[in-house]
Amino acid sequence: MTGQPMVKAEGVHKRFGRQEVLKGISLEVRSGEVMCLLGPSGSGKSTFLRCINHLEKINAGLLSVDGELVGYRPEGGKLHEMRESEVARRRAKIGMVFQHFNLFPHMTALENVTCAPIYVKGTAREQARARAVELLDRVGLADKLDAYPAQLSGGQQQRVAIARAQAMEPRLMLFDEPTSALDPELVDDVLQVMKQLAAEGMTMIVVTHEMGFAREVADEVVFMDGGVVVEAGPPRELLDSPRQERTRAFLSRVL
Amino acid sequence: MLVLAAAVIRSVVTNGRFEWSVVGDYLFDSRILHGAVVTIELTVIAMAIGIALGVLLAVMRLSPNPLVSGASWFYIWFFRGTPLLVQLLFWYNIAALYPTIALGVPFGPSFIHANANTLITPFTAAILGLGLNEGAYMAEIVRAGIISVDEGQADAAQSLGMTRLQTMRRIVLPQAMRVIIPPTGNETISMLKSSSLVSVIVVTELLYAGQLIYSVNFKTIQLLIVVSFWYIVFTSVLYVGQYYLERYYGRGARGQPLTPLERLRIGLMAVRRGQS
Repeated sequence: MTGQPMVKAEGVHKRFGRQEVLKGISLEVRSGEVMCLLGPSGSGKSTFLRCINHLEKINAGLLSVDGELVGYRPEGGKLHEMRESEVARRRAKIGMVFQHFNLFPHMTALENVTCAPIYVKGTAREQARARAVELLDRVGLADKLDAYPAQLSGGQQQRVAIARAQAMEPRLMLFDEPTSALDPELVDDVLQVMKQLAAEGMTMIVVTHEMGFAREVADEVVFMDGGVVVEAGPPRELLDSPRQERTRAFLSRVL
Repeated sequence: MLVLAAAVIRSVVTNGRFEWSVVGDYLFDSRILHGAVVTIELTVIAMAIGIALGVLLAVMRLSPNPLVSGASWFYIWFFRGTPLLVQLLFWYNIAALYPTIALGVPFGPSFIHANANTLITPFTAAILGLGLNEGAYMAEIVRAGIISVDEGQADAAQSLGMTRLQTMRRIVLPQAMRVIIPPTGNETISMLKSSSLVSVIVVTELLYAGQLIYSVNFKTIQLLIVVSFWYIVFTSVLYVGQYYLERYYGRGARGQPLTPLERLRIGLMAVRRGQS
């Protein structure tokens, strides 16, 4: 299933003011692969995820998605910052799921899923609706089409958010701690949907603390700490016999 | 408290000097009604300009481009920094500064010429003064609304491929409305009444229409009561409008109360069921 590199990072640096959050991240995610990012809070996992779809600008290094640089256009041997509309067009091909769902509260579940295809892609309303019904059905919410986010549980909201991201037919999905804000009994429904996506061959980068999910679904697990990649490898290797002391210390605390 | 209120009402009703019959005579006087229409026109047009300008200025103010946000800052600073009355007089006398007004390419050819004295009638001067001033205040109200929306909303919209303007229009502003509407209702009521300021530039709105009548018949108090009556009627209508507007933009929020009409209907149905 794996093929061309979908995401490629080389020495990515990110600073917020004086604080350096990413200190040279290099990694590669191949098409069809699932990568799980682990690490203590403040290790830069979420920031790195946000850099991939240019919600944050990187300060140094190279970052490309599907063979194209993120946010910059090479021209005449120099890098030029992309125009906003161009950045938006690239982002449309990358789905993102947030820790706090970030559903649009003034829209129903159905409208949340149809809005981006209609406004961004110019899809006809009827067509967008039909597709949204199908996507919501697949995440088990066919009976909640007209519910507003406030009327849904956290797990249901997160599944709507996944359907909303899928509606744009992304080539890559980013998950930023998708189950961290959920009550324990709601976590499984969301993980189930994510497993299904992975099985369908979606390329995914998942920041998570769900070790079971990482072990079962991930092709590669990356452990980050203090803005650097400490260790990376297949889940069994990294989770069962970590080579680095920092990884071992972290795992012993979460497992 | 009740005794005091009763005493006041009794005195108002029995004091013959109020001449309530005169109030009744002028309540629907055609000059008063015409003035009332002008007041409504002024309020509606000036508020429309103010809101449109306010949204534009607020979005500009939050732009990452310092030139754009700076221009907006300057506008707000200037129009909030000078009295409305002065601005009205300024627009009224603009012809002294620019006798002809032309529309065209800056420093280039112009297409339309107009005499400022004919173009800027007292009514247009009033609209300009009230509308441009209101824009500065509305800008801050809209900005407060935009800031109140969770940043995650913009993140989500942008991650779906929406541009900054699409995000603003489709996601942020509709949610900001919940915060924007109450102070905007305030502004509209305030505009309704501050539109009476334009009586100084001879626009025959409600107050000036009343003044013109009492300057002839000296029934000052009675006409001021007539004028106040209409202001209160219009303000009350605005209350109802605001209530329904707030409900519309509150959709999706938990615990929306029923409207009085809905409550009435449910009450009537319960009574009918009790009878049968």
